[in-house]
Amino acid sequence: MNRLKQTCVWPVTGMFLLGAITLATEPARAADSDAAKVARGKYLVTTSACNDCHTPWHVGPAGPEPDMSRMLSGHPESLVINQPATLPAGPWTLAAAPTNTAWSGAWGVSFTANLTPDAETGLGKWTQATFMQAIRTGRHMGRGRQILPPMPIAMYRNFTDEDFGAIFAYLRSIPPIKNRVPEPLPPGATAAAVEK
Amino acid sequence: MSSPALYLTHLIAAVAALAWGVGVHADPLPKHLRDTGLDESRNLSFSPQYPLWSDGAHKRRWIYLPPGTAIDASRPDAWEFPPGTRLWKEFSLTGPVETRFIERLPDGTWRYAAYVWNEERTDATLAPSEGIAALPTHDGYSIPSESDCRACHESAAVPVLGFSALQLSSDRDSLAPHADALTDIDLGGLVARGLIKNLPPGSTRPRIDASWQIERASLGYLHGNCGHCHNETDTRVPVDLTLAQSVIAGSAGSDRVLRSLLNVRSRFLARVSSRNPQKQMPPLGTRHIDVEALALLERWISEKSSTTEESKP
Repeated sequence: MNRLKQTCVWPVTGMFLLGAITLATEPARAADSDAAKVARGKYLVTTSACNDCHTPWHVGPAGPEPDMSRMLSGHPESLVINQPATLPAGPWTLAAAPTNTAWSGAWGVSFTANLTPDAETGLGKWTQATFMQAIRTGRHMGRGRQILPPMPIAMYRNFTDEDFGAIFAYLRSIPPIKNRVPEPLPPGATAAAVEK
Repeated sequence: MSSPALYLTHLIAAVAALAWGVGVHADPLPKHLRDTGLDESRNLSFSPQYPLWSDGAHKRRWIYLPPGTAIDASRPDAWEFPPGTRLWKEFSLTGPVETRFIERLPDGTWRYAAYVWNEERTDATLAPSEGIAALPTHDGYSIPSESDCRACHESAAVPVLGFSALQLSSDRDSLAPHADALTDIDLGGLVARGLIKNLPPGSTRPRIDASWQIERASLGYLHGNCGHCHNETDTRVPVDLTLAQSVIAGSAGSDRVLRSLLNVRSRFLARVSSRNPQKQMPPLGTRHIDVEALALLERWISEKSSTTEESKP
């Protein structure tokens, strides 16, 4: 009988212990997984040149560089642009603002988006699905107006679902910055004419 | 062939068959509309009371449900359509230009296509999935891409937008802009024929809760033209603007819409009255302002705004 008890009790005890260990380590594993996902997202963002246009540039001690105190906050609302650039004679097709966040070309003027998790002016209310749809469809919020050049939609739409998940996780982890990016301007328009 | 080689061949064939059958559409989309199963004499035609503005195009619509199946209306705002459901919508100017087609597949997903009519109006062929930016025969009329179809249809609680309790209500809105006459069937008729099951009792005549006719028609127009993106589902656009109506009793749809709309009324009207592609609303499927609806909305918002101002202490 004792032997029978031992035979039954030890496996049951072992299962409980295993379960307890699993439960205890699950949050740690999830945290590790989240951290790895964010790290992967950071790698993709920083190697895919997102900061080149979505972080305003300034002139630092070593010359022009992204102003990381405004990391990924898009075109600064304080830099008001009312009309497209007038290009000089020659083979020129586009012009960029000194911040590298506003671009004037045949499409009008485009302003880079605020990618920080600010709820009112950034991606704070976006879901990962919305983010993925926006890049895959080339439409603002995945179903609005066309996303304009120079955003390399044709390249970025090739990210995998996992890539998009990692990028979005990283973008949710960075500091929110309140900065309302203006609407794009159509070709030849002035701000007043854009109303219609 | 030696038996190990034969075994390997069978194994490869089995794996290939499995791969083909999992997550892959059973059949490619037919090249011709006539092969999609559209039969005007046998499919049910229907007309939503709050149709989408399509630059004045005349539209006809049909639905097919597989024999012995029915739509589950347990969730009144998000009907469950059986696999095999098919819907068609024909767009006509001086004659048919395109017919759009959506179908629910056995795995529960939906697929979308557009068929373009030839000039003789004898045949409609499958458009490329990337759409057609401008049809030379119809003054720049554009055919939507598959992703454009998904953009609107999959932002809503269910991808079928014009075939719902409110859209098919037997209590039709006489002021609804551009509404066609009732066709084969309404909500009550569908229930009577057993094509809809689990509809809450006594709910075949849902009606928007509004204090006057202009308000009812305005809210209905917003529901039919904007509510598929501006709603309260998890798939909505990330904007604080709810323009969809609910047929669930006590959901106070009009109050909810008003609260979110009045906060942004000037920007809202500017977008509705614009056809600048970077600014216009809706962003897809229209190049011309809906003048009739704009007048309706301006009147309603103007009167509602003044009432709201007057009621402030």
